[in-house]
Amino acid sequence: MTPIPLEAMAASVPDGAMLALPPDYSLPPCALARALVRRGARNLRVLGVPITGYVTDLLVGAGCVAEVESSAVTLGEAGFAPRFTAAVRAGQIRMRDATCPAIHTALQAAEKGVPFMPLRGVIGSDILAHRPDWKVAPNPFAAAGEEDPILLVPAIRPDIAAFHAVMADAHGNVWVGRRREVATIAHAAHRTLVTVEHVVPGNMLEDERLAPGCISATYVEAVAVAARGTWPSGLLDEHAADAAHLAEYARLAKTEEGFRQYLDRHVLTAPAQAAE
Amino acid sequence: MTIRPEERLAAAVARLILDPAAPAARHAAVGNASAIPAAACLLVRALGHPLRVSLLTRPRGNAFTEGSRELFDLAGQGRVDLFFLGGGQIDGQANLNLLGTGAWPGVETRFPGSFGSAFMYFMTPRTILFREEHSPRVLVQRVDMVSAPGVSPPGVFRRGTAQALVTGRCVFRFHPDRARFALESVHPGESVATIRAATGFDFDAAEAVPETPDPTEAELALLRGPVCDEMLETYPEFCARVFGRKHAA
Repeated sequence: MTPIPLEAMAASVPDGAMLALPPDYSLPPCALARALVRRGARNLRVLGVPITGYVTDLLVGAGCVAEVESSAVTLGEAGFAPRFTAAVRAGQIRMRDATCPAIHTALQAAEKGVPFMPLRGVIGSDILAHRPDWKVAPNPFAAAGEEDPILLVPAIRPDIAAFHAVMADAHGNVWVGRRREVATIAHAAHRTLVTVEHVVPGNMLEDERLAPGCISATYVEAVAVAARGTWPSGLLDEHAADAAHLAEYARLAKTEEGFRQYLDRHVLTAPAQAAE
Repeated sequence: MTIRPEERLAAAVARLILDPAAPAARHAAVGNASAIPAAACLLVRALGHPLRVSLLTRPRGNAFTEGSRELFDLAGQGRVDLFFLGGGQIDGQANLNLLGTGAWPGVETRFPGSFGSAFMYFMTPRTILFREEHSPRVLVQRVDMVSAPGVSPPGVFRRGTAQALVTGRCVFRFHPDRARFALESVHPGESVATIRAATGFDFDAAEAVPETPDPTEAELALLRGPVCDEMLETYPEFCARVFGRKHAA
């Protein structure tokens, strides 16, 4: 396995692709998102698994996104996602609201290669009323004479799963620890692009303790090295989120002008990004 | 000893958790925006009651090893007894709106989104609704859009509903049979009249409504001691603000 440059990874994401992303508290591909902004990606369809934050707000603000499907878009402690919120209110992006387990279930259907899966709850929510792709059907296994409507969600097969991992090995396996939602995305997607802190020699699948936290190279199309690739989010137990930076982002991104300053400072020309 | 409003709310939520009339709580799950409910759950445990408390965003020693879907799988099976939800708007029938106001999908105000509410509200035997802001803007007659409905028609699978709504001004009990809230207690400085004035929905109230009790000395000592210790890493801002404790990062 030979890592590719981060900018080459960003260039391999075609305009219009459906890009599945883990939440900010998981292993978000923040360095890749900044590279996508630099490459001027357009019309991406972002899928938050099951929610998303900084990455999506950045991509939306930079004009890279046509559609967002997620159960929430938020900067957490730093508040609402300002560019996302402004874009929804202005009708600049299509918002497909979901609820967390519906997104997990749709991806699990794709993992299994089945067209849909059922999910409890949701009936009576206005989310359902705005999702013509979701159906309610009678439970075919209900006892005779018993009414049991149940939600069916179609499988989601994202074009690209993108996330960060702590390390890749010489065989292209990547280690994500307990953040198994990124494994679900990798299993469900056509292509999986992974940024990593570093590359280690050998084969992690031969290590009984590392193997359960790995995603096998079977699923991984390309790896790029991006140190602190989740910044300003944290990285597992290695470092915490950069709360001061997220607060600065939240403040600047309140306005279009402030957001442009943020891009100039931290995404387009910043020395911190030189290694990317 | 001065009682902080957050301590009073945590003690009020703890009493609701321990309500013998409510379905048994063996396992409570708490989301990242819910520092006061987390304090309440940990207080219940510190008082000696067996309660498994899963803090979803606990950075170390987190109970979930299958990623963010595991909570929902547990809840789907009925292995989570109690969850906490809030909302940008909550109405008199306990409908929750985490989506926004104005035209779909939130053209006037856009909230972050529904998270797992459209599922969790159905799947746990009870939900305690929690929202500190108690104003006609939040507590409305009818939500602009429904993330999760307060009650469901017969035939729709549902394990439970809201047990209560705790706000910065009072505690409401929810009655799913008539889909209405009843005022259970008012925090110090409030009355039925002030609650009516601050609430956009109609609710039931007796002529005299008791005051929400103060936390006991023992409860305060537990909140400021072992409860704070345990939540410090997960809710550092809250612990610094309420308990004056800094987490050494």
